[in-house]
Amino acid sequence: MISAIIVMAVIGLVLGSVLGWAELFYRVAGDPLADKINDILPQTQCGQCGFPGCRPYAEAMAKGEADINRCPPGGEPGIQRLADLLGVEAKPFGEGVAPKPKSVALIDENTCIGCTLCIQACPVDAIVGASKQLHVIVADLCTGCELCLAPCPVDCIHMEVVHETVNNWKWRYPLIPIHQQREAA
Amino acid sequence: MIGSPFILKEHTSVRFTMIKVMAALVPGTLAYAWYFGPGIWISLVWCSLLGIGFEAVALVIRGRPLQPALTDGSVLLTAWLLALSIPTLAPWWLYMTGMFFAVVVAKHLYGGLGQNLFNPAMVGYAALIISFPVFMTQWAAPTTLANIVPNLSDAFDLVFVGGSITPDAYTSATVLDSLKTATRGGHTVLDAFAQPIHGLIAGKGMELVAIMYLFGGLFMISNRLITWHIPVAFLAAIALTAGVLQGLDPAHHAGPLFHMMAGGSMLGAFFIATDPVTACTTPRGKLIFAGLAGFLTVIIRTFGGYPDGVAFSILILNTAAPFIDAFSQPRVFGHAKGVK
Amino acid sequence: MSGKVYPIPGGLHPPEHKTESNAKAIIVAPLSAHYVVPLRQHIGQPARALVKAGDSVLKGQMIGAPEGRISAAVHAPTSGRVVAVEARPVAHPSGLPDQCVVIEADGKDTAADMQPIAWRDLPPGELHQRLVNMGLAGQGGAVFPSHVKLATGGTPIETLILNGAECEPWITCDDRLMRERATEIMQGAEIMRHALGAKRILVGIEDNKPEAAQAMQSACEQLKLAAEVTAVPTRYPSGGAKQLTQLLTGLETPSGKISTDIGIQVFNVATAYALQRAVELGEPMLTRVVTITGHVAGPCNIEARLGTPIDELIRLAGGDLAETSGHVIGGPMMGFDLDDTASPLVKSVNCIIAKNQELFPPHPPAMPCIRCGQCALVCPAVLQPFELYWHAKSKNFAKARAYKLFDCIECGCCSHVCPSHIPLVDFYRFAKSEIAADDRAKLAAEGARQRHEFQLLRQEREKKEKAERLGKKASERLDTGAVAADDPEAERKKAILEAAIERARQAKEAVHAKNTESLTPDQQHQIDEIEARRQAAPQDSEQQA
Ligand code: SF4
Ligand code: SF4
Ligand code: SF4
Ligand code: SF4
Repeated sequence: MISAIIVMAVIGLVLGSVLGWAELFYRVAGDPLADKINDILPQTQCGQCGFPGCRPYAEAMAKGEADINRCPPGGEPGIQRLADLLGVEAKPFGEGVAPKPKSVALIDENTCIGCTLCIQACPVDAIVGASKQLHVIVADLCTGCELCLAPCPVDCIHMEVVHETVNNWKWRYPLIPIHQQREAA
Repeated sequence: MIGSPFILKEHTSVRFTMIKVMAALVPGTLAYAWYFGPGIWISLVWCSLLGIGFEAVALVIRGRPLQPALTDGSVLLTAWLLALSIPTLAPWWLYMTGMFFAVVVAKHLYGGLGQNLFNPAMVGYAALIISFPVFMTQWAAPTTLANIVPNLSDAFDLVFVGGSITPDAYTSATVLDSLKTATRGGHTVLDAFAQPIHGLIAGKGMELVAIMYLFGGLFMISNRLITWHIPVAFLAAIALTAGVLQGLDPAHHAGPLFHMMAGGSMLGAFFIATDPVTACTTPRGKLIFAGLAGFLTVIIRTFGGYPDGVAFSILILNTAAPFIDAFSQPRVFGHAKGVK
Repeated sequence: MSGKVYPIPGGLHPPEHKTESNAKAIIVAPLSAHYVVPLRQHIGQPARALVKAGDSVLKGQMIGAPEGRISAAVHAPTSGRVVAVEARPVAHPSGLPDQCVVIEADGKDTAADMQPIAWRDLPPGELHQRLVNMGLAGQGGAVFPSHVKLATGGTPIETLILNGAECEPWITCDDRLMRERATEIMQGAEIMRHALGAKRILVGIEDNKPEAAQAMQSACEQLKLAAEVTAVPTRYPSGGAKQLTQLLTGLETPSGKISTDIGIQVFNVATAYALQRAVELGEPMLTRVVTITGHVAGPCNIEARLGTPIDELIRLAGGDLAETSGHVIGGPMMGFDLDDTASPLVKSVNCIIAKNQELFPPHPPAMPCIRCGQCALVCPAVLQPFELYWHAKSKNFAKARAYKLFDCIECGCCSHVCPSHIPLVDFYRFAKSEIAADDRAKLAAEGARQRHEFQLLRQEREKKEKAERLGKKASERLDTGAVAADDPEAERKKAILEAAIERARQAKEAVHAKNTESLTPDQQHQIDEIEARRQAAPQDSEQQA
């Protein structure tokens, strides 16, 4: 009886120290969790999560200070991925937070006065132009964060929903005849 | 909204596949009925009815539509295979238990057709041989050896009423049983082979049934229902293992030919190990899968507690099939050799 | 006459249905009242419209210029007036409209000036530059811009393969073209060989087209062209580029590469024909031969101008018979459903099949996969289609990729034989496009993150520079070394980083305005366009602003 307890205790000690050593040995420098979270976030940098950009939100989540359901641009799939990564239950968006269809900003070419205010506002340098010149939003770079709307003194920027075109069209999930559909449900 | 291809191969469906497999079983079944009496028809019909019944109940409980799953023929094939793997003339509840395990436990608890890990018929068989070993050794004797050959109505009585004839009158041990008894009792293989149940190569009657299964299997290969890999590897491994054992100790081990023809070898090689859902799917995987199963079959027959090892070896390999598959993926077009 | 044929994996032989349309000579379509010319008829970037509504155009005039490296020009099929440049229904699996130039024919069919190219005088590797604006694109289905394929560089091209396999059921346009215009095709091949500096020409034709093979053979003899015409077994998909390459040379194209990487270039026979016209006559790609078959009154092959509305072609083939349930663009194995028959004929459309219930029965309901492996037996890419299906269905895309989803050529063989009638290929297409979209989104997010981080860095730097400038004014002695003293390591790193960024910035800002650095030609073009429009816009709007 006593010998059994001793054996168990020794095994426990050995395994414990192996685990502890492994923890030290494999520890990664820096904050890998925040990086991993940041990789999931859509990098729209819109601040809708209440943080000044995606990275701060990621860091807050890594510290456990922020919930996973606060990034509307990431949508439901984003929440799902965060939940998978962090090992928690996915949850719906909170009150007043809802994903919108992906949009890009458009500058009314004939109204823009070239004030550069929107350039300064854009977190991802998607607006090109120089002082007193017409500014153009590069649609491919625009993340649709809407931060440039407010600063414009002549209200010449508006958002336009990105429609499906031959270019960005995707094949749909195959529609399976009746009985399998029910099976999937 | 289903895209191309807009044309599908004609006469291909799950049902048609199952019907063809059952057609391949017909010669074996006829030979069985010829040598062992009409009792097989009772167990076939009874197992089929049970299979459909259990399938329907399982589908209703799982909230699935009945029609497509019931008419795909897969449950009938399971029923048929189980009926051919267990003794005829056993009490009705024995078949019921077997079919319950096959259909409800092995098939539907795993998610229905295509999802099961284990071959349903073999799960039924294994459950029965573990729970009711006595019944599972009372095989109908070949008609030439039996004192009484029950006709169809006798057989019906035996199964459902439990007739007045004692089992000894119409049953006998199989060759595998007699071999096991003999070698356990310190006798030699030749002693076992001197028993009346032993025919030319293996069990009297059973050896001809096995040859019929072989023909059915060749029909399936020629019809591209199965590929050659599993049967060939399975039988080759049986022959090799038996040959090595016999070479080591000829007095106590039966030879390759015996093991290939005895018990469930042929049925297993062509009809059970080849069950696509539970077997390996890659060419190399099939060879490994069936090779190991054949090896285990002889090992279990020789050293294990049960007379036949086909069911257990296939069930064991079923668990390994996904892993074997994962490590035996064929070389994809355009990929260099050796690169996974 | 037949060269050696090497074995290839997989494949099958569906009912051919070639005889419906291959008996009649190619019909030349009469001039249509109007044409709709999509700017995107090829793989790569769509062409940029060169005309606007109201312009008049001549036959063969370039109305869309190639944009970027992989792109092809489009030309006016006849003379007339441009009525619109707008989104119109096109033949695309999505059924979405795309930008088209709509031309009203004036009936005169006046041609622009077309100059033949003296190709024999051009050294190999130069011809392709002359073909950039000819609008040539592969007519086999992939519609890859031909001038790009004719460029040399990289692996030298040893072998030129002409693809006349035409393995899909129903389609016979290449068959007819080879029977009737073999000489032109082989002349085109000769030009290709010259342009590529290839050593030999192989022609692969399925053995169900003996007349075509015969015609090609005689054309070679007549032209004294050393080309090997080989009859390959009739076994779908022998006409896949990789498949035909292996059939004729025994070489396997490595995954993720194209045949060029192993010194082989494959062209469709119809592309060779179009090239011959472009070089010998100076005529850009204006027409193609298309098979109209299936449930129509008079199945046939029609040589029609690109941009002809498809319903007009169907009318030429006698029109749809009663109870036509739709149309397939391309072959029945790899084609797609046409949503709107007003869509125009484009470079990729080799076949239009009218469907009815009898020829194309509705897809039976799908059953669970029984892992029967029939699909794996026929897969020409030696994949395990049921594994791909399993992972695509459960949206486990990483796994699908690991099972080599992207080596699938979407040939449809697996769906064709599946006893469970699972629309396997649809699952692969779905998974592929999801993965592609995901990759794009990741790339975009990564770019956004980098730009954002760069911006933060820049802002910080600007702040510091400002502080430094102020500091310098206050005290000239304070040097950067002293500032860095607080946290030497971090500051040093930052200093190096900033120095690099600053150098780059100065180099660019010396000539460019703020934030217009590193624009892609595409973006620059977008800006130019807007600038142009702005110039054109009334001046007062600017003053208002
Ligand atoms: S809400 Fe906006 S800023 Fe916050 S994580 Fe999402 S995209 Fe980034
Ligand atoms: S252009 Fe406007 S909407 Fe687009 S990313 Fe920049 S600030 Fe956001
Ligand atoms: S052919 Fe169909 S049922 Fe058979 S393995 Fe392939 S996907 Fe599964
Ligand atoms: S569609 Fe893809 S998976 Fe199916 S047979 Fe063709 S190449 Fe193989």
